[in-house]
Amino acid sequence: MSNSHQLKRVDFIFRNENDWKKVLSSTLKRKPAELINELISSELKGRGGAGFPTGLKWKLTSEEKSEEKYIICNADEGEPGTFKDREILSKVPCKVLTAMAVCGHVIGAKKGFIYLRGEYKYLEPELKKAIDEFEYYCKEIDFDFSISIFMGSGAYICGEETALLESMEGRRGEPRNKPPFPSQHGYLGKPTVVNNVETLVHAFTIFKYGAKKFYDLGVQYSRGTKLFSVSGDTPKPGIYELELGMSLQDFVYEFGDGDTKAVQVGGASGFLVPRKKFKDAAIGFKGKLTGISLPTGGSMMLFNSSRSMFNVLDNYLEFFSEESCGQCTPCRVGCQQLLLGIKAVKRGDKPAAYLDKLMRLTETMQLTAKCGLGQSVANSFSSIVENFREEMIY
Amino acid sequence: MTAKINISINGFPVKIEKGKTILEAAKEEGITIPTLCYHKDLCVAGNCRVCVVEVAGQQRLSAACATPCDEGMEILTNSLKVRNSRKHIIELLLAEHNADCTKCYRNGNCELQELASEYKIMTQDFIELVPLKTYSIDMYSPSIIKDDSKCIRCQRCVRTCAELQGVNALTVAHKGNEMKITTFFEKHMRDVVCTNCGQCVNHCPTGALVEKNYIEEVWEAIANPNKHVVVQTAPAVRVGLGEELGLEPGTRVTGKMVAALKRLGFDSVLDTDFTADLTIVEEGTELLTRLKRALVDKDETVSLPMATSCSPGWIKYIEHMFPEYLDNLSTCKSPQQMFGALAKTYYAKARNIEPDKIVSVSIMPCTAKKFEAFRPEMHDSGYRDVDYVLTTRELAILIKQAGLDFDKIEPVKYDRLMGDSTGAGVIFGATGGVMEAALRTAYEIVTGREVPFKNLNIEPVRGMEGVREATIKIENPVKEWAFLDGVELKCAVAHGLVNAKKVMEAIKSGKANYHFIEFMACPGGCLGGGGQPIPTNAEIRQRRAEAIYAEDRDLPIRKSHENPEVIKLYKDFLIEPLGAKSHHLLHTKYTKRNRY
Repeated sequence: MSNSHQLKRVDFIFRNENDWKKVLSSTLKRKPAELINELISSELKGRGGAGFPTGLKWKLTSEEKSEEKYIICNADEGEPGTFKDREILSKVPCKVLTAMAVCGHVIGAKKGFIYLRGEYKYLEPELKKAIDEFEYYCKEIDFDFSISIFMGSGAYICGEETALLESMEGRRGEPRNKPPFPSQHGYLGKPTVVNNVETLVHAFTIFKYGAKKFYDLGVQYSRGTKLFSVSGDTPKPGIYELELGMSLQDFVYEFGDGDTKAVQVGGASGFLVPRKKFKDAAIGFKGKLTGISLPTGGSMMLFNSSRSMFNVLDNYLEFFSEESCGQCTPCRVGCQQLLLGIKAVKRGDKPAAYLDKLMRLTETMQLTAKCGLGQSVANSFSSIVENFREEMIY
Repeated sequence: MTAKINISINGFPVKIEKGKTILEAAKEEGITIPTLCYHKDLCVAGNCRVCVVEVAGQQRLSAACATPCDEGMEILTNSLKVRNSRKHIIELLLAEHNADCTKCYRNGNCELQELASEYKIMTQDFIELVPLKTYSIDMYSPSIIKDDSKCIRCQRCVRTCAELQGVNALTVAHKGNEMKITTFFEKHMRDVVCTNCGQCVNHCPTGALVEKNYIEEVWEAIANPNKHVVVQTAPAVRVGLGEELGLEPGTRVTGKMVAALKRLGFDSVLDTDFTADLTIVEEGTELLTRLKRALVDKDETVSLPMATSCSPGWIKYIEHMFPEYLDNLSTCKSPQQMFGALAKTYYAKARNIEPDKIVSVSIMPCTAKKFEAFRPEMHDSGYRDVDYVLTTRELAILIKQAGLDFDKIEPVKYDRLMGDSTGAGVIFGATGGVMEAALRTAYEIVTGREVPFKNLNIEPVRGMEGVREATIKIENPVKEWAFLDGVELKCAVAHGLVNAKKVMEAIKSGKANYHFIEFMACPGGCLGGGGQPIPTNAEIRQRRAEAIYAEDRDLPIRKSHENPEVIKLYKDFLIEPLGAKSHHLLHTKYTKRNRY
């Protein structure tokens, strides 16, 4: 077929020149407004999956008037098939800490937190050591900033930023009503930036090399690189830093086992792309003029022809039924209905047309659920049912 | 004046105050957006999603209860998108809900049922979840029945228990498909810190939390020719009952209620106000005695401040949460229990009826009263003092079942012996009322003069502020109370257990320096009780309070110690306040309880 299949591999994130001290001290000398502009011009978007412009987030929080502000690094990496943040925190933690400190400098926060996924408890001792070293250096250069680790307890929903804040404040991890957003009313009611681990590493890259170097990578609306967690039916599972904007076709050439039937982009809350649509699908944020754009937190699960898509969907729905916080109706009951519904269709207890009723239900969930969890269940459900309807029925 | 902003609702331009939510703005424009998890008494949760509306330019729908209006906002409350989504959400709730409506206690007064009817949900396409799960009904509490199969997880009860009461007996546990409202370690309601106040029942939109009803037991007693059934009615019932029977909040129905009770077949219809007056005489004397022991005898074992003991929700609360302060409680029984003890002694003797033939029923605005009647110490008459406690709502059910047309009933007076009421007895139904009644009596005992407030209305202790304070200076007392000359009597009033907690913590930390405190478990006092008509909210409580104070205003006697039947009771039976008989029948003790 085509010979254009080349994935642009990049090595920024894990390239460890151990120069974070230099980057930190030189960046802290720059004015907050200048750093915000640098971030905005890099067009860095949040790497947790939602893709909110990072520069804007910092800007909004910096504009809030408050004695206390906070920067929180969201390391509650829970999306099925995602395992990049773990790698970042164990290999280049000081890059993350540096970016947090710079954020503190920009928005006026003296305190940072790392919300660490409960299952990553084993990372804590090493991370603590890194923080100690980091804080020691901050003292040396007379920069008032400290970082604490807050251990999560294993709920998927706590990766949602407002549920994360609730959890940190000692309450049930349930998403809050928005507005107000964390930039106005965050941790303990104070203006707070919540950034994904990877977002912060990219910020480090930008402060080190300048926005242009980052902006020149990727494509329009999707600048820079992204870490991908590749898993499933692939001969080379692992973590790869690639430029954004690649076509899924190219990705499958590189990582597929020759029999790839579909790829789930973005984990259980993402989209499933069947083989016939690989060519049209590009990995990046919305706004591309042609084809399907797939924003992602970086999870890429490949399925070959031995996989039943019914089982895949069943597995996702079971996950969501359990991991919904349970507070809002569309998500709590909706997830259970989807799960029971596809099983009933499969058994023949409900007619095939019931799938259409469920598809309409996912629309309602997308429109009305309180947070991203309930809203995004529709993604995998509709993309799997639309493309593999017969597998759901027979 | 708050700034106004321009928005449009369903295409019509509207000016509204800045800061209002979409729900409030629509309400002002005469558009009701359906809600379930929303309750005026509580913080906004935004979790049922029934109130979703479309806002132009937004991809998703917004919860009207949780979204503040912004300048230029274009809102659609009834677009096709909104309707379809809303209908879906109601269908989802019904799929999760044990929709056995005909067998439900809340049949006819259920917010989910109303919505289902409004949106004409005629089919159930979704898979019913109730049969797939195991539910058990917790019916071990004498006050409250909790049926999770009817729970819609709106968390109104959880917010009620936390925000209004500060008790947190009910909480959310687990997540996703297993998320539920439960108690500490999923114990029965009777085994946790629950105060039985019933505010959760009053705030529940469905039949998941209801009072334990004793309707059939009461009908049976009435029908039994060998039983003499006496009924007492609490002060707050007369200003709430009307709402259950189609009248406006704040309608006074005292005489009609008495007439209805007679038509239901009760042998004697008497008034808890009578024992409220009695409580004041006993409790007022107790307070003065404690002050004397503290100030004159320098007795350091006297516990001050003295706290009122009429509210059984408050009593159970302090037993769990501040057991080290049980000595500060007045030893007086509540008016209900004083009545019960007298019904099977004084009343039985006067009417020449064997006490074991008497069935004593009380109509209360309260679910905790059911628990109170169950207490083992409430058997001082030699029998169970109060046999059955019905809420205001249950009384309305009796009236409806008997087919009485409440409109047409001519008001009549209470029966004699224990049916006299003063204004002081009536205001027991409102927060601050016990304090006001006590001050009217105590001040007069001490000084020989009426309290120095216009028309006897002690305004500083009235109102809906959570904690209120008042100081009354005693000047020129009569000889017997000369030691109180110049003493400033410091009083406080707290209603809603979350406010009781504040006062208790202030006492504990030594910051508060009161002599006498009135505590009521429920917001607004008994008129906002857990057994009152549903809905109850701040506006409705206000209307009921106005009615209570109007009752007080219109009664010829407004001081407890002047109640002629109370005077007669002392003359014929009790001899004197805090005397041996009083001590035996009218006073009680309290039990230390654990937090878990």
